Amino acid sequence: MTTEPSSPRTAARAVDLTKIYGKDDTRVVALGGVTVEFTAGRYTAIMGPSGSGKSTLMHCMAALDSSTSGQVYIGDTELSRLNDKELTRLRRDKIGFIFQAFNLVPTLTARENITLPLDIAGRPVDKDWFDNVIATVGLADRLSHKPNQLSGGQQQRVACARALVSKPEIIFADEPTGNLDSRSGTEVLSFLRRSVREFEQTIVMVTHDPNAAAYADRVLFLADGQIVDEMADPTAEKVLERMKGFDAVGQQA
Amino acid sequence: MIRATLKSLAARKLRLAMSAFAIVLGVAFVAGSYVFTDTIDRTFDDIFGGLSSDVVVRPDLPGETDLFSGFATGTTTTIPSGLVDEVAGLPGVERADGEIENQSFFVLDTDGDVMTTQGAPGIAVNWHDGANAEGDPVLELVDGELPAGPGEVALDDRTFENAGYQIGDEVQFVSSGDEPRVSAELVGVVRFGESGSLAGASLSVFETGYAQELFLDGEDAYNRISVTAADGSSAEEVRDEISAILPGDFEALTGAEVDEETASAIEEGLGFFNTFLLVFAAIALFVGVFLILNTFSILVAQRSQEMALYRAMGAGRGQVTRSVLLEAFVVGVVGSTLGLLLGLGVAQLLKWVFGLFGLELGGGLVLLPRTVVISYVVGIVVTMIAAFVPARRASRVPPVAAMRDDVVNTESSRRVHLWVGAPLTLLGAAAMATGLFADVDDAALMVGAGIFAVFIGVALLAPVLVAPVLRVVAGWYPRAFGTVGRLARENALRNPRRTAATASALMIGMALVTAISIVGASANATVDSALDDGVRAQFVVSNAVGQPFSPTIAEEVSQVDGVDEVVSVRMSGGIVDGDQTFLQAFDPVAYSRAADLEMVEGTDELGPGQFLIGEDQAESEGLSVGDTVRLQLPGSDEDIELAGIYAQSPLLAGGVVVSQQTLEDGAVPSLDTLLYVIADDGADLATLHDGLDEATADIPTVTVQDQEEYKQQSRDQVNQLLFLVYALLGLAVLIAVLGIVNTLALSVMERTREVGLLRAVGMSRRQLRRTIRLESIAIAVLGAVLGVALGLLFGVSLQRAIADDGLEVLSIPGGQLIVFVVLAAVIGVLAAVWPARRAAKLDVLRAITTE
Repeated sequence: MTTEPSSPRTAARAVDLTKIYGKDDTRVVALGGVTVEFTAGRYTAIMGPSGSGKSTLMHCMAALDSSTSGQVYIGDTELSRLNDKELTRLRRDKIGFIFQAFNLVPTLTARENITLPLDIAGRPVDKDWFDNVIATVGLADRLSHKPNQLSGGQQQRVACARALVSKPEIIFADEPTGNLDSRSGTEVLSFLRRSVREFEQTIVMVTHDPNAAAYADRVLFLADGQIVDEMADPTAEKVLERMKGFDAVGQQA
Repeated sequence: MIRATLKSLAARKLRLAMSAFAIVLGVAFVAGSYVFTDTIDRTFDDIFGGLSSDVVVRPDLPGETDLFSGFATGTTTTIPSGLVDEVAGLPGVERADGEIENQSFFVLDTDGDVMTTQGAPGIAVNWHDGANAEGDPVLELVDGELPAGPGEVALDDRTFENAGYQIGDEVQFVSSGDEPRVSAELVGVVRFGESGSLAGASLSVFETGYAQELFLDGEDAYNRISVTAADGSSAEEVRDEISAILPGDFEALTGAEVDEETASAIEEGLGFFNTFLLVFAAIALFVGVFLILNTFSILVAQRSQEMALYRAMGAGRGQVTRSVLLEAFVVGVVGSTLGLLLGLGVAQLLKWVFGLFGLELGGGLVLLPRTVVISYVVGIVVTMIAAFVPARRASRVPPVAAMRDDVVNTESSRRVHLWVGAPLTLLGAAAMATGLFADVDDAALMVGAGIFAVFIGVALLAPVLVAPVLRVVAGWYPRAFGTVGRLARENALRNPRRTAATASALMIGMALVTAISIVGASANATVDSALDDGVRAQFVVSNAVGQPFSPTIAEEVSQVDGVDEVVSVRMSGGIVDGDQTFLQAFDPVAYSRAADLEMVEGTDELGPGQFLIGEDQAESEGLSVGDTVRLQLPGSDEDIELAGIYAQSPLLAGGVVVSQQTLEDGAVPSLDTLLYVIADDGADLATLHDGLDEATADIPTVTVQDQEEYKQQSRDQVNQLLFLVYALLGLAVLIAVLGIVNTLALSVMERTREVGLLRAVGMSRRQLRRTIRLESIAIAVLGAVLGVALGLLFGVSLQRAIADDGLEVLSIPGGQLIVFVVLAAVIGVLAAVWPARRAAKLDVLRAITTE
């Protein structure tokens, strides 16, 4: 069932990425020199216990946070050389986001939320692509609804559609199923996997749920700001097993 | 609970400061008004308090004295010197001094300009050294000598300092007597009372004989007698003793009675001023209520989780309500204290401004306990009232609601708005209409309460009006600004109640400004039309503030080459059938050549003992030709007969017209208020203008104006008043702007995560700022549109109501109203600056992860 991506291009990478919060006594090393590549057209999950730096890694990769040292590349663009305006444009044009909660603007309809990044950019909506995405997420009859008229799963699917519709270089998803019941979560996760398979989208997802990680092509394990392991073609059992190991290490330490 | 409240207050210092600011401004205005008028009061008390002697004898005037002093006409009835001697001879009297006083004798400075503040009297008196009721001298010689004979004068020290004369110089005067120009040698300087302050007036002192020559045609008589009681006799006894021998047209009063009369007349005059300021204070507070209401509503909404937590932990609804009210109380106390301090500053500023215009107020500011109490009561009560609604709402927050993100307005509350707002608006409109059009007591109160009710009613209706009006005001946003525009429009519509309350504050200011501008424009248009259609004379000679002048000027003007005829108009107060009435006196035949006067009934041959009246007044009073009314003047009390009825014209406003002889017979001084100058056929008007200027050159109190200049002067007077009112209403608008700033800033805080999301998906800072700016403009323009609509209603009804009283022409300054709406948009831009910057500065990551 797994098909190899047509080109082994790198969609994003980090080189010796360090992020340090605070100074002196309160100094916390969130990322201690992480080097990682995200191949285009692949679905990567980042896992790790809380405080492992997985969210920080994602925020730095997604141009939401600045790094202390090291480089982050989205495509061929190095982020640390960009000013705020250029970062904003990069986020708008090259990156898609799916957050755990509060993913939609409450005053806009589902359709308006989906086309929001394109509208902000003033770019035309590719009608065929839009219909294709909508059909895939199964929201055709919900487009004129406001977020508060949609269920949590539907809201998250709208967020997914929004991330896809601008055809970004890479989509970052931060615990996308964290607020959903298991059925809605499964819907969203399978939709994300379909978008990788069918649309060759690149997705990086932070999660602490082994079942969610099992939908990815590859899982990265983070602990104490370092990548400590990597697993291809994960299953929930294998991931869970691996995570238990961390907890044991954590408890021993 | 109390500790928790205070802690939550301290944690929200900025928001506290913003909502307190409205209170500060409102209270500052209230406190400032009281402090300032109390200070003026004290100044006048100082001036008039020590003025009267034990007993005063004066001609008996009908009605209230201030009516006649108000028109600066006084009376020509004098007290013969024999009567002074007679009074002096009474056993209870130690001494009696005859006094001469004239109130339109103006000192010119060395440049030939009038010394006194416009409108303040130029007082001239004869010297005597009689004491006031306390035994202190009223006037004290501080330099030089006393005037001892003709051609000598002493000036008060303030005037002396400012005029630039030295002792020994010839001082120039303008008099309303037969000699319009007088000069006298300055021999001394006197000081009036303790502070020397005359509140802008000047004082010239002459020797008695010379004063009689100047003001009483040389007659050996006086205007008044100051009586000092002998030891052992009380003022009342002496008054009664004197009354017994006085002829009927004189009266004797104790000094205390005279002082009281003066004080109440001043109080009445200043009372108007105080009311004027307090009305604006009330407006400022009223607008402030909306700001506070809104701030508390938003704060309570934001703290609904906190409230729900208290409720979950077992706090009763009453406790939650009380905690919000306690918070309001603290804000009220802080706001009132700062407002009181700022009010002192406001009063000091007003005092300084008055000083610039020559009305110096001696001594420091007067802060009465009453002012402090009122400031605190007003500030605290208003805040608590404003906080009550959100407090009740807060107490209704069920614990689960706190978990929800946005509490949406329920349909039922909207229905309440409709059912309370609509009847209140109608009720207010009805009260307004009654006050304006029906003949009721307390009409002003009815109109005021009506306007107040309409404001509250419309403010209640506003949440219902927000959606339809915004669809017009901001409907084009998405088309013009794309997503940014759509977001702005939807944000403005998101919480109609909040948007409505914010816009209502601006609505009130805008409505009042609009109404005033309509009244102002109508006043100007009425003056224009009155002068365009009504005045045929080519020139008008008048005093800038309407002070009357010597009739000699009319004679001099009529000698100028090219003058065909000069028509003089005199004005006076009088009592007609028991009512104080404004009288004009002229020869109707001559007048009809100079200005519009058309008889519809009777004759324009107006003799003594006769009068004319406008047709509307004749109808409303039920008068027809041949009917009589009773006219009381200072020196007469007689029935006069209606000789003719004239067609209504804006210039005369339908008032009572009598002959000048009637006024003279009634002992009203012969002074002109206005001269119409009719040019010879074919006379060169420019040359004539120069000639007239030359003829009046040595009388700086009067000016010669052609029709255009005269119109401009009238317009300037209206506009000056308008600008003053605008400046005061500006305060209400300022508070409204703060309200918009506050609402936007708090809304941005509420929407932090949304802002973070928008920024994360690629909205630039500039786009974000524009979104907030557009929302702000939408709210401001919404307020302006509602305000201008209401203002139109108020302005037009006001004009209709007083159309018969001299505001005949309705003029709606359309261009100006458009400017107001555009200004509102600018206000919106300005109000958005700070909230927009705050929003743009939000750290994307922190915003999106905010809880």
